[in-house]
Amino acid sequence: MSSSGERGGFQNVDPPFWVAWNQALASIRVRFLRQAITSSGIALGIAFFASVETLRVATKTVAPEEASRTQWLIATSLVMCLVGVTNSMLMSVTERYREIGTIKCLGASDSFIVKVFFLEAVLLGTVGSLVGALVGTGLFSLVARFSGGSVTLPQALSVIGLAVVIGVVMTVAAAIAPAVQAAKMPAAAALRVEI
Amino acid sequence: MPNTAPAAHRKIERNARDVVVRTKDLAKHYGEGEAQVRALNGVSCEIYSGEYLSIMGPSGSGKSTFFNMIGGLDKPSDGSVFVNSVDIAQLTPRELAFLRCHTIGYIFQTFNLITVRTALENVTLPMLFAGVTPDEAEERGMKLLETVGLGHRYHHRPSELSGGQQQRVAIARSLANSPAIVLADEPTGNLDLRTGQEIIDLLRRLNTENNVTIISATHDHKMLDVSDRVFHIRDGVLAEIEDKSGA
Repeated sequence: MSSSGERGGFQNVDPPFWVAWNQALASIRVRFLRQAITSSGIALGIAFFASVETLRVATKTVAPEEASRTQWLIATSLVMCLVGVTNSMLMSVTERYREIGTIKCLGASDSFIVKVFFLEAVLLGTVGSLVGALVGTGLFSLVARFSGGSVTLPQALSVIGLAVVIGVVMTVAAAIAPAVQAAKMPAAAALRVEI
Repeated sequence: MPNTAPAAHRKIERNARDVVVRTKDLAKHYGEGEAQVRALNGVSCEIYSGEYLSIMGPSGSGKSTFFNMIGGLDKPSDGSVFVNSVDIAQLTPRELAFLRCHTIGYIFQTFNLITVRTALENVTLPMLFAGVTPDEAEERGMKLLETVGLGHRYHHRPSELSGGQQQRVAIARSLANSPAIVLADEPTGNLDLRTGQEIIDLLRRLNTENNVTIISATHDHKMLDVSDRVFHIRDGVLAEIEDKSGA
């Protein structure tokens, strides 16, 4: 039986990247329904943003007051999106305090815990935003065509790209703050939390 | 109480057995001012390598707080904890993580397995944190599961196992990196009598065979029969140390 003393003191070992990746994947796979709901929340917000943005791009001649109204709509859609995403990610971190405490007891570093949540957020954010962007842009390209406007493929792709980037950034930002906070908690405090 | 025992006597005992955990005037307060609760009020003790120690005390006695302190799960308000002669208050979060990974194994009343992982993955996770290769981790993980009698259920997730089986997985997991100390917080608290007895026997067996120090917070009187020593904690102080090893 060897102890840390015989291993030559305290070294800084972090597990390889795939350990965090597997943990994130397992967490998504096992809580699939829960995570699908989170992801569809992101998708809805992003779909709203993508559809407003598509309409804006499709409209050729715009009156000034129309333009400012569209800007308002886009801003609103982004706020809606942010609130929804923050809420879901906050929930998904806080309901797992106990798991975080346990993993800390097993020797996970704070950065490992944050890494797992980061990867989960990137995965959920990408899937959710991509679905939302495709649906929003696709649907409203059709709507635009019926109402006299038109959207070229590069335009549509750039809207989708922008929406996905915004979606992923928002999801990650919303997950990281509570994850960092949870990771820094003393393990005993994280284990005590009852949800 | 050895605190009051003659110094010479204590010295002999320490030479005979290595001290693995030592606390000095350990105290923990929660809250501030008038509302302050003194959960732990100056506990000094020595825990020897290879012993089976039970910590007894009613709810609210400071037993769990003491347990959390010596496990590096919480920071003391005052005093210090030395694990293998290292003052754990001086460690950075990363060094503390290393200590938890290599030197201490944890067992909880509520098992606390990672629900999204299989039994084997639960056992191998601490090894991966320690930098063991996946193949070696799997091999060692299977051996540990066989040791606790669950080799055949390695691919089951915690939700598919009974309470006793989950606690066995947790015991296997606590031994993953061959720790010097296993801390068990009421390991039989959520189990029926027979299963609880099995878990106690298993812990005692691992204690004798692997020479791992077992420190267990408990209410369970069955636990006392197998203990070498019993610490009685009351109102935040170490009220009595009972030596049962017959030495």
